[in-house]
Amino acid sequence: METPPAIEVRDLHKSFRIPVHRVDSFKERMVRPFAARDYRELRALDGVSFEIHQGEFFGIVGRNGSGKSTLLKLLASIYRADAGRIRMAGRLAPFIELGVGFNVELTARENILLNGVMMGLTPGETRERLDSVLEFAELEEFADLKLKNYSSGMLVRLAFSTMMETDADILLIDEVLAVGDAAFQQKCADAFREMKAAGKTIVLVTHQMATVEEYCHRAMLIEDGHILQLGDPEEVGREYLRLNFLAERGGGEEVAASAEGVRLLGVWLEDEGGERAAGVGHGEPLRLRAEIELTREASGIAIGFTVENGDGVTVFQLGKGIGRPEGGRDLHEGERVRIAAEVENPLAPGRYYVHCGVQQDESKGDISLYEPKALDFVVFGSGHQAGVLQPEHEIGVTIEAAKSR
Amino acid sequence: MSEATAARRGLREVTGPSALGGGWRRFFSLLWLMAVTEFRRIYFGTVLGYVWSLIRPLLFFAVLLFVFTQIIRIGSDVPNYPVLLLLGIVLFQFFSETTQEAVTSVVGQEAVVRKTQFPRLVIPLAVVLTGAFNSGLNLIVVLVFVLAWGVDPTWTWLLFPLALLALVTFTTAMAMLLSALYVRFRDVAIIWSVLATVLFYATPILYPIEVVPEKFRNIILLNPLAPIFEQIRVWVIDPSAPTAVDAAGGFVGLLPAIAIFLGVCFLGAWVFRREAPRIAEEL
Repeated sequence: METPPAIEVRDLHKSFRIPVHRVDSFKERMVRPFAARDYRELRALDGVSFEIHQGEFFGIVGRNGSGKSTLLKLLASIYRADAGRIRMAGRLAPFIELGVGFNVELTARENILLNGVMMGLTPGETRERLDSVLEFAELEEFADLKLKNYSSGMLVRLAFSTMMETDADILLIDEVLAVGDAAFQQKCADAFREMKAAGKTIVLVTHQMATVEEYCHRAMLIEDGHILQLGDPEEVGREYLRLNFLAERGGGEEVAASAEGVRLLGVWLEDEGGERAAGVGHGEPLRLRAEIELTREASGIAIGFTVENGDGVTVFQLGKGIGRPEGGRDLHEGERVRIAAEVENPLAPGRYYVHCGVQQDESKGDISLYEPKALDFVVFGSGHQAGVLQPEHEIGVTIEAAKSR
Repeated sequence: MSEATAARRGLREVTGPSALGGGWRRFFSLLWLMAVTEFRRIYFGTVLGYVWSLIRPLLFFAVLLFVFTQIIRIGSDVPNYPVLLLLGIVLFQFFSETTQEAVTSVVGQEAVVRKTQFPRLVIPLAVVLTGAFNSGLNLIVVLVFVLAWGVDPTWTWLLFPLALLALVTFTTAMAMLLSALYVRFRDVAIIWSVLATVLFYATPILYPIEVVPEKFRNIILLNPLAPIFEQIRVWVIDPSAPTAVDAAGGFVGLLPAIAIFLGVCFLGAWVFRREAPRIAEEL
């Protein structure tokens, strides 16, 4: 799409001064006059340049603290940039969150009026739109009810329809799809499609890759105040996942579930270096680890894992018996058993859950400990064919010459 | 359609948040709307509505009137003392309640400040405007009392709005200064509530300026509210009372008060303007 730019950002810089010791009263200022001189400078954005075209649905993704919300607040004129410039064409909706301008002490009618004026409409124009806002939100009967008496669902409906009705050319939205129930989210989704069709420029900051891939024409990945990648939403989304799960070292929380006789201390995934990882690249072997502690004598135990994908489909199971029944010795109280499984990984990219069960005295067969979702991990990688597995493969092709008759 | 209008407007510089931000028309619409809705909320929200806001100064007035005419007979010799006291209380209440309300106003609107592009100055100004609406109503009641008491209207009543203008200006400047400072220094609220009480006694409301011993009069007259209230007394209630200039022993004696008045106005505007772009970050 080669429409003229709606937003142009050139070499934007923004840093925050975080005082080492925050002085927030005159009294303290008297006592320690130089305290606030020590501060840490946090660079939220460090030279960001990009363009968003008119009618474009543009996604901004990044990890917490990457600077994406700062960027949005700069665009919305909530923060002032240290250097660089932002230019925009058209009217900008000044909200970055639903219903943020609402005063719960006022009625819906008053709030709509206030919001409309905040959007830059005249009070007259807003009054004309009042009825259609209430109608869209299906709240006509509650127009004169104070918002504090609204249910949260009603509030969200009102906020959304107010935003829809303000008729801005550019909308900045921070994680908006995360609010409301399923039905409302569907309504949001429909409204987004409408806005997209109406040619509005929308900038969406979100954590949800599905949203980015579904709606956005282009996406941008921000990390440490820099643009890491800008372009196709799917590629950006994948890069984001990689960044997220590779950086999330030490992932796979301690489980510490206990039952009669055993305690499950942890289930985790390791990378090649033996460090804990929260994800694994497609095709790389899964290094699954677990640790169990015996809290009483046992002749033997067995541990089993069930790996399930995000859709709840069991992909595979594996297990191992330990102790005398397996030809070993009896296990004693306080002993720790470490399990290390190396698993070939043909799993398709996505999120997986590992349920872990420990069975005591195999002869009896009753499971004494079962920890659902003891671990969840992500397989990241390219390729988006259908199916649960993406096995390594080679396809050989031979074409034989036609036999002459 | 929106694309066409956007294209016509072309790219414009985005300058970030400011005290006024987003055009004058929007500024005044927001200011008016905020003040009016807040006023309505306070006075039509409760059962007795407006009565409550009148009862407070009246009760305070009744107590002070009793104390200062029956126990400490300071007011007995002052002509028209009761109406003078009532007018003084209502006007001072405008100043003290508005400024104290304003201190926390910007921080109180935290969500709006942090998440919308809202002209920051609207917030304290709306508090002043709401206070002005309320005091305007109270002044009508005071007027009835003044006439009923037997004070004859004079042409100098026409000068009263001038004194009011000075009072509103000072209140506004103070509101701007305090609301911006409170973002950084949370003890401003406590400091100001003490200072406001001090100012009440440093303003000739309970006592006429002429009973203040000469050596303290200059201290009282450092308070910019003192000449304003004195002049209101002369113009509205008692033409024979000493004017602010007389009380100060000449115009020169008023200069410190005028300097402080202008200083506060300048400081309020300057501090607010300076802090406005960063308020969202400080919160």
